[in-house]
Amino acid sequence: MRMIPTCREATELLSQAQDRPLTVREKFTLYVHLPLCKGCRNFREQLSFMRQAVREYLRR
Amino acid sequence: MSANDALAKDTHEADAVGIEAHRPYLMRYALLQLRDVTAAEDAVQETLLAALQASSRYAGKSTVRTWLTGILKHKIIDHVRRQSRETPLEEDREARIDPDADVANALFAEDGHWHEFPSDWGAPDRSFESKQFWEVFEMCVQVMPPRTARVFVMREVLELSTEEICKELAITTTNCWVLLHRARLALRACLEHKWFKT
Repeated sequence: MRMIPTCREATELLSQAQDRPLTVREKFTLYVHLPLCKGCRNFREQLSFMRQAVREYLRR
Repeated sequence: MSANDALAKDTHEADAVGIEAHRPYLMRYALLQLRDVTAAEDAVQETLLAALQASSRYAGKSTVRTWLTGILKHKIIDHVRRQSRETPLEEDREARIDPDADVANALFAEDGHWHEFPSDWGAPDRSFESKQFWEVFEMCVQVMPPRTARVFVMREVLELSTEEICKELAITTTNCWVLLHRARLALRACLEHKWFKT
Protein backbone atom coordinates (compact mmCIF):
# COMPACT_ATOMS: atom_id res chain seq x y z
CA MET A 1 0.00 0.00 0.00
CA ARG A 2 1.15 3.52 -0.78
CA MET A 3 2.11 5.93 2.01
CA ILE A 4 -1.12 7.82 1.42
CA PRO A 5 -3.91 5.35 0.74
CA THR A 6 -6.77 6.11 -1.63
CA CYS A 7 -10.26 6.61 -0.19
CA ARG A 8 -11.15 3.09 -1.23
CA GLU A 9 -8.15 1.66 0.61
CA ALA A 10 -8.78 3.89 3.61
CA THR A 11 -12.37 2.65 3.89
CA GLU A 12 -11.14 -0.95 3.70
CA LEU A 13 -8.85 -0.31 6.66
CA LEU A 14 -11.54 1.57 8.61
CA SER A 15 -13.91 -1.33 8.04
CA GLN A 16 -11.30 -3.90 9.13
CA ALA A 17 -10.57 -1.83 12.23
CA GLN A 18 -14.02 -2.96 13.41
CA ASP A 19 -12.92 -6.59 13.14
CA ARG A 20 -9.23 -6.74 14.05
CA PRO A 21 -6.48 -4.54 15.47
CA LEU A 22 -4.71 -2.63 12.69
CA THR A 23 -0.94 -2.81 12.33
CA VAL A 24 1.15 0.24 13.17
CA ARG A 25 1.79 0.77 9.48
CA GLU A 26 -1.92 0.65 8.67
CA LYS A 27 -2.71 3.08 11.47
CA PHE A 28 -0.04 5.38 10.14
CA THR A 29 -1.49 5.43 6.62
CA LEU A 30 -4.90 6.35 8.07
CA TYR A 31 -3.23 9.00 10.19
CA VAL A 32 -1.93 10.52 6.96
CA HIS A 33 -5.15 10.14 4.97
CA LEU A 34 -7.92 11.10 7.40
CA PRO A 35 -6.97 14.71 8.18
CA LEU A 36 -7.03 15.35 4.44
CA CYS A 37 -10.36 13.70 3.76
CA LYS A 38 -13.68 14.74 5.27
CA GLY A 39 -15.52 12.01 3.33
CA CYS A 40 -13.51 9.23 4.99
CA ARG A 41 -13.81 10.89 8.41
CA ASN A 42 -17.60 10.87 7.94
CA PHE A 43 -17.36 7.22 6.88
CA ARG A 44 -15.44 6.36 10.05
CA GLU A 45 -18.12 7.90 12.25
CA GLN A 46 -20.86 6.20 10.29
CA LEU A 47 -19.23 2.80 10.85
CA SER A 48 -19.59 3.09 14.60
CA PHE A 49 -23.07 4.55 14.18
CA MET A 50 -24.12 1.49 12.14
CA ARG A 51 -22.76 -0.88 14.78
CA GLN A 52 -24.65 1.07 17.44
CA ALA A 53 -27.79 1.03 15.28
CA VAL A 54 -27.77 -2.78 15.08
CA ARG A 55 -27.58 -3.00 18.90
CA GLU A 56 -30.34 -0.43 19.23
CA TYR A 57 -32.51 -2.21 16.65
CA LEU A 58 -32.34 -5.39 18.71
CA ARG A 59 -32.79 -3.67 22.05
CA ARG A 60 -35.93 -1.68 21.14
CA MET B 1 -35.40 -8.42 48.53
CA SER B 2 -33.65 -11.47 49.98
CA ALA B 3 -31.53 -13.68 47.77
CA ASN B 4 -34.23 -16.36 47.92
CA ASP B 5 -36.94 -13.95 46.83
CA ALA B 6 -34.78 -12.74 43.97
CA LEU B 7 -34.22 -16.30 42.84
CA ALA B 8 -37.96 -17.03 43.06
CA LYS B 9 -38.71 -13.96 40.94
CA ASP B 10 -36.19 -14.92 38.27
CA THR B 11 -37.47 -18.48 38.22
CA HIS B 12 -40.96 -17.11 37.70
CA GLU B 13 -39.76 -14.96 34.79
CA ALA B 14 -38.35 -18.07 33.17
CA ASP B 15 -41.77 -19.79 33.17
CA ALA B 16 -44.02 -20.11 30.12
CA VAL B 17 -45.61 -16.66 30.40
CA GLY B 18 -42.35 -14.88 31.13
CA ILE B 19 -40.61 -16.61 28.24
CA GLU B 20 -43.44 -15.97 25.76
CA ALA B 21 -43.19 -12.22 26.38
CA HIS B 22 -39.80 -12.19 24.65
CA ARG B 23 -41.12 -13.65 21.39
CA PRO B 24 -41.32 -10.31 19.45
CA TYR B 25 -37.75 -9.43 20.35
CA LEU B 26 -36.51 -12.90 19.40
CA MET B 27 -38.38 -12.72 16.08
CA ARG B 28 -36.69 -9.43 15.23
CA TYR B 29 -33.32 -10.88 16.11
CA ALA B 30 -33.91 -14.03 14.02
CA LEU B 31 -35.38 -12.16 11.05
CA LEU B 32 -32.39 -9.89 10.71
CA GLN B 33 -30.18 -12.94 10.29
CA LEU B 34 -32.42 -15.37 8.46
CA ARG B 35 -34.39 -13.00 6.21
CA ASP B 36 -37.10 -15.59 5.95
CA VAL B 37 -40.21 -15.44 8.12
CA THR B 38 -40.77 -19.20 8.22
CA ALA B 39 -37.15 -19.96 9.11
CA ALA B 40 -37.19 -17.22 11.76
CA GLU B 41 -40.47 -18.49 13.26
CA ASP B 42 -39.04 -22.01 13.37
CA ALA B 43 -35.87 -20.88 15.11
CA VAL B 44 -37.83 -18.83 17.67
CA GLN B 45 -40.27 -21.67 18.29
CA GLU B 46 -37.42 -24.13 18.84
CA THR B 47 -35.78 -21.62 21.17
CA LEU B 48 -38.90 -21.15 23.29
CA LEU B 49 -39.45 -24.92 23.49
CA ALA B 50 -35.84 -25.55 24.45
CA ALA B 51 -36.08 -22.78 27.04
CA LEU B 52 -39.23 -24.27 28.59
CA GLN B 53 -37.65 -27.69 28.78
CA ALA B 54 -34.54 -26.23 30.36
CA SER B 55 -36.21 -23.55 32.50
CA SER B 56 -35.15 -25.36 35.66
CA ARG B 57 -31.58 -24.90 34.47
CA TYR B 58 -32.00 -21.14 34.10
CA ALA B 59 -29.64 -20.05 36.84
CA GLY B 60 -30.73 -16.43 37.13
CA LYS B 61 -27.17 -15.36 36.40
CA SER B 62 -28.23 -13.32 33.37
CA THR B 63 -31.54 -11.77 32.39
CA VAL B 64 -34.11 -14.08 30.81
CA ARG B 65 -33.72 -12.19 27.54
CA THR B 66 -29.95 -12.71 27.44
CA TRP B 67 -30.44 -16.37 28.24
CA LEU B 68 -33.05 -16.80 25.48
CA THR B 69 -30.90 -14.86 22.99
CA GLY B 70 -28.03 -17.22 23.75
CA ILE B 71 -30.20 -20.23 22.88
CA LEU B 72 -31.52 -18.53 19.72
CA LYS B 73 -27.99 -17.69 18.59
CA HIS B 74 -27.18 -21.42 18.56
CA LYS B 75 -30.36 -22.21 16.62
CA ILE B 76 -29.46 -19.53 14.05
CA ILE B 77 -25.87 -20.76 13.74
CA ASP B 78 -27.20 -24.32 13.18
CA HIS B 79 -29.45 -22.96 10.46
CA VAL B 80 -26.60 -21.02 8.81
CA ARG B 81 -24.45 -24.16 8.89
CA ARG B 82 -27.14 -26.20 7.14
CA GLN B 83 -27.65 -23.38 4.65
CA SER B 84 -23.95 -23.02 3.84
CA ARG B 85 -23.69 -26.78 3.26
CA GLU B 86 -26.51 -26.50 0.75
CA THR B 87 -25.33 -23.28 -0.94
CA PRO B 88 -21.61 -22.87 -0.21
CA LEU B 89 -20.20 -19.36 -0.09
CA GLU B 90 -16.66 -20.54 -0.70
CA GLU B 91 -15.86 -18.29 -3.63
CA ASP B 92 -16.91 -14.86 -4.60
CA ARG B 93 -17.95 -15.98 -8.04
CA GLU B 94 -20.61 -13.31 -8.50
CA ALA B 95 -18.24 -10.40 -8.08
CA ARG B 96 -15.50 -11.89 -10.23
CA ILE B 97 -17.78 -12.53 -13.17
CA ASP B 98 -19.84 -9.40 -12.74
CA PRO B 99 -17.84 -6.45 -11.36
CA ASP B 100 -21.13 -4.57 -10.86
CA ALA B 101 -21.91 -7.02 -8.08
CA ASP B 102 -19.12 -5.35 -6.11
CA VAL B 103 -20.67 -2.26 -4.59
CA ALA B 104 -17.20 -0.74 -4.07
CA ASN B 105 -16.72 -0.53 -7.86
CA ALA B 106 -19.86 1.57 -8.08
CA LEU B 107 -18.93 3.90 -5.23
CA PHE B 108 -15.29 4.59 -6.07
CA ALA B 109 -13.65 5.92 -9.24
CA GLU B 110 -10.82 3.94 -10.79
CA ASP B 111 -8.27 6.12 -9.01
CA GLY B 112 -9.82 5.07 -5.68
CA HIS B 113 -11.61 8.32 -4.90
CA TRP B 114 -15.24 8.51 -3.78
CA HIS B 115 -17.64 9.34 -6.62
CA GLU B 116 -19.72 11.05 -3.99
CA PHE B 117 -18.28 11.91 -0.55
CA PRO B 118 -20.15 10.50 2.45
CA SER B 119 -21.99 13.46 3.92
CA ASP B 120 -22.08 14.60 7.52
CA TRP B 121 -25.01 12.93 9.32
CA GLY B 122 -24.99 15.39 12.22
CA ALA B 123 -26.31 13.66 15.35
CA PRO B 124 -27.57 10.45 13.72
CA ASP B 125 -28.62 8.72 16.97
CA ARG B 126 -31.57 11.12 17.16
CA SER B 127 -33.06 8.92 14.42
CA PHE B 128 -33.36 6.04 16.90
CA GLU B 129 -36.55 7.70 18.16
CA SER B 130 -38.18 7.46 14.75
CA LYS B 131 -40.25 4.46 13.71
CA GLN B 132 -39.69 5.34 10.03
CA PHE B 133 -35.95 5.24 10.53
CA TRP B 134 -36.15 1.62 11.63
CA GLU B 135 -38.29 0.75 8.61
CA VAL B 136 -35.60 2.24 6.36
CA PHE B 137 -32.87 0.46 8.34
CA GLU B 138 -34.63 -2.90 7.98
CA MET B 139 -35.13 -2.34 4.27
CA CYS B 140 -31.46 -1.39 3.80
CA VAL B 141 -30.30 -4.62 5.45
CA GLN B 142 -32.79 -6.65 3.44
CA VAL B 143 -31.67 -5.30 0.05
CA MET B 144 -28.03 -6.29 0.59
CA PRO B 145 -26.94 -9.19 -1.65
CA PRO B 146 -27.53 -12.44 0.30
CA ARG B 147 -23.92 -13.52 0.90
CA THR B 148 -22.92 -10.02 1.94
CA ALA B 149 -25.85 -9.75 4.33
CA ARG B 150 -25.13 -13.18 5.79
CA VAL B 151 -21.58 -12.26 6.76
CA PHE B 152 -22.60 -8.82 8.02
CA VAL B 153 -25.28 -10.16 10.33
CA MET B 154 -23.05 -12.96 11.61
CA ARG B 155 -20.56 -10.28 12.57
CA GLU B 156 -22.87 -7.55 13.88
CA VAL B 157 -25.88 -9.43 15.22
CA LEU B 158 -24.43 -12.78 16.29
CA GLU B 159 -21.21 -10.94 17.20
CA LEU B 160 -19.04 -13.75 15.87
CA SER B 161 -15.37 -12.95 15.20
CA THR B 162 -14.19 -12.97 11.59
CA GLU B 163 -12.25 -16.19 12.41
CA GLU B 164 -15.47 -17.87 13.53
CA ILE B 165 -17.35 -16.64 10.44
CA CYS B 166 -14.61 -17.93 8.11
CA LYS B 167 -14.75 -21.29 9.81
CA GLU B 168 -18.56 -21.55 9.67
CA LEU B 169 -18.77 -20.52 6.02
CA ALA B 170 -15.47 -22.02 4.86
CA ILE B 171 -14.25 -18.75 3.31
CA THR B 172 -10.88 -17.01 3.67
CA THR B 173 -10.31 -14.16 6.12
CA THR B 174 -9.65 -11.81 3.23
CA ASN B 175 -12.93 -12.75 1.62
CA CYS B 176 -14.66 -12.17 4.91
CA TRP B 177 -13.19 -8.66 5.22
CA VAL B 178 -14.12 -7.88 1.63
CA LEU B 179 -17.74 -8.91 2.25
CA LEU B 180 -17.92 -6.92 5.49
CA HIS B 181 -16.48 -3.86 3.77
CA ARG B 182 -19.08 -4.15 1.00
CA ALA B 183 -21.88 -4.64 3.49
CA ARG B 184 -20.91 -1.50 5.40
CA LEU B 185 -20.49 0.54 2.23
CA ALA B 186 -23.89 -0.63 1.00
CA LEU B 187 -25.70 -0.04 4.29
CA ARG B 188 -24.11 3.38 4.62
CA ALA B 189 -25.05 4.43 1.10
CA CYS B 190 -28.59 3.16 1.56
CA LEU B 191 -29.09 4.97 4.88
CA GLU B 192 -27.66 8.15 3.42
CA HIS B 193 -29.91 8.15 0.34
CA LYS B 194 -33.07 6.79 1.90
CA TRP B 195 -32.88 8.61 5.22
CA PHE B 196 -30.20 11.16 6.03
CA LYS B 197 -30.37 13.03 2.73
CA THR B 198 -34.12 13.02 2.30
